[in-house]
Amino acid sequence: MSFFLVLTVVLCAVMLGSAGMALYHKNLAATVIAAGLVSLVASIIYLILAAPDVAMTEAAIGSGLSTVMFFYVLKRVRGGENG
Amino acid sequence: MVKKLVAIAILAGIAFMLYGLFASYTQKETLPKTSRYYAIKGPDELGSANLVTSVVVTYRGLDTLGEVTILFTVASIIGFFLRSRTKREARAENPRETSEILHTGVAFLVPIIFVFGAYVFIGGHLSPGGGFQGGAIIASGTLLLFLAQPKTSGGHTLITFVESVSGIAYVGIGIAGIFLANGFLDNRILPVGEFGTIFSAGAIPIIYSLIGLKVGAELSAILYKLKDAKEDA
Amino acid sequence: MEYVALATGLILVILGLYGIVAQRNIFRIIIGFSIFDTGLHVVLVSIAYLKNRTAPILDEAVSKGEAASKIVDPVPQALVLTAIVIGVAITALMLTFALKMYEKRKTLDIEKFEDLKW
Repeated sequence: MSFFLVLTVVLCAVMLGSAGMALYHKNLAATVIAAGLVSLVASIIYLILAAPDVAMTEAAIGSGLSTVMFFYVLKRVRGGENG
Repeated sequence: MVKKLVAIAILAGIAFMLYGLFASYTQKETLPKTSRYYAIKGPDELGSANLVTSVVVTYRGLDTLGEVTILFTVASIIGFFLRSRTKREARAENPRETSEILHTGVAFLVPIIFVFGAYVFIGGHLSPGGGFQGGAIIASGTLLLFLAQPKTSGGHTLITFVESVSGIAYVGIGIAGIFLANGFLDNRILPVGEFGTIFSAGAIPIIYSLIGLKVGAELSAILYKLKDAKEDA
Repeated sequence: MEYVALATGLILVILGLYGIVAQRNIFRIIIGFSIFDTGLHVVLVSIAYLKNRTAPILDEAVSKGEAASKIVDPVPQALVLTAIVIGVAITALMLTFALKMYEKRKTLDIEKFEDLKW
């Protein structure tokens, strides 16, 4: 049981770290990837918390499709990132 | 600077309130009343082994219908705002050719991804999975197709067709529930069958498959429109 | 571990809110919203968790009779399932608006959009 506790603590630390990176990194592409990483780690936490359905949805939608949507739009707004 | 300070002050207030929520949270020992009803009566009433599925598809089926409607509305609004390129413009743009590896890999992988998506939503009443997950997997397969062939603008008719047909069939099955069973979206218009087999749980596999097709088509349409948006409308 | 997840979810909510109110770039605001969304989902799922129980799926390990004493709460999980899909739809909508705003002004700075400011 305590194995899962340690795993949860580590995953939560990764989540908070990548959330901070998503808010503060200078490069917009890196922030999109970091936001996707938050979703991916969240899906593992759902699995630990006995919610496999939610984990599947988050892994497929939150970290897969929405990251791609961000990149499609990012491609269009090149040049305006910093203004 | 003042703005930032105000923002931080507001956030500190919200953080204080959320801390209060966290400090006073105690874990429940038993299930709440509604959930206990679903857990005790659900398997016998509806015949679905996955209780999340029975809540999503039947007990709270109206919410799911509303959610699919929201997806449809979002896809329509995006289509209204972003005009797609015409075929000729797409061809004139002439993006970099995609590599041989991507082409071969996509031809090999996409059918498998589609079949896996279908497996996930057909088995939604027995194992983890269901319409939303399967639909997202199917949309990922469509995304791979888009990546391999950036010039293509076909397939949109098919996406629209699948979307309309599955939406109409979903509402049709819901209305059939009023006449043949106890209410809107009731799954017992078909026999409940033997618990734990693929042909069980009444209409749940059919409804979830339709939701899967609908969500997959909807997400594919959103991706398609974001990909093909025209510069400078 | 559900308490750790609950605390993390609440911190994510605050981080996302900070991103929404403090950033100037519209794209970063949308990323802040996406983090806020994920934080809310983590909070809901960890509230649904009950100690020493398993996923709400009946199989050999959980028979029909003992379901009520062996599974976690299925209702918040169903809510989160729909909330994730709606969240991605809202994100796509916001991204579309951001794209349109960029086409109008050629910038993503929220301070430059002052048509409705007084």
